[in-house]
Amino acid sequence: MVSLNSYIILSMIVFAIGVFGFLARRNAIIMFISVELMLNAVNISLVAFSYYLQDIRGHILVFFIISIAAAEAAIGLAILIALFRNKPTVNINEINIMKW
Amino acid sequence: MIPQVIFGYLSVVIVLTSILVVTRKNVVHSVLWMLVLFLHIAALFLFLNAEFLAAIQIIIYAGAMLVLYLFVVMLLNLRQEELLPRFTVFWPLGFLLAAGLLSLLGLTARAIIRGPSNIYTADVIKQTGHLGLIGRVLYTEYLFPFEVLSVVLLVAIVGAIVIAKKRLKS
Repeated sequence: MVSLNSYIILSMIVFAIGVFGFLARRNAIIMFISVELMLNAVNISLVAFSYYLQDIRGHILVFFIISIAAAEAAIGLAILIALFRNKPTVNINEINIMKW
Repeated sequence: MIPQVIFGYLSVVIVLTSILVVTRKNVVHSVLWMLVLFLHIAALFLFLNAEFLAAIQIIIYAGAMLVLYLFVVMLLNLRQEELLPRFTVFWPLGFLLAAGLLSLLGLTARAIIRGPSNIYTADVIKQTGHLGLIGRVLYTEYLFPFEVLSVVLLVAIVGAIVIAKKRLKS
């Protein structure tokens, strides 16, 4: 029997890696991927909680999170394509057109 | 013994591939490591009696979203980006923030108190089927959030097309 804390700690490690990737990378696509990583970490902990509390509502929440992640990926990549058309780069240091 | 071995294998692969995802310079490599990560997370869901979630993890994440990512990466010409250093100049600050967040979360993980259990034990799931149980709860208790979610997806589809298409000359 694997304890609940092992799942929670695994989920925290993956979440922290996602935070690091979002803060440290230059590439906007990798930043999107890091957001997906964080959402997946939350999914792991939700499914683990609902297994150990014998409840199925965590699974519903994971279902919702996956749909929201799909919508977010579609919109984010569309914005990236529109941005790339105006300025051919995905480097976030050069995307400062709205900077004051 | 066997559950520990399976969990150990899955968690080691998940942590290693997520590190590889955020550190690869080539975006295509990153996306392909993400595929390995998603398959192992799906295996973890199977391990936790959530077979429907494992299926949609593979179908939606690995099947639809990663293909979308790969499609966009191939569409954009990223040769110039690969010559630049992969991290921003502030990456030690980002590392410190992530490590601080991890230690803070780790402190809270020691203080988890289990709440009361509900009725959905492994036997109940086995008897009715995971999909049946999820569907029953989703279409009764969570009907309104489900309908709102369909509107969100519709807005996302229309918005993605409107944002990404070329402006028509009028």
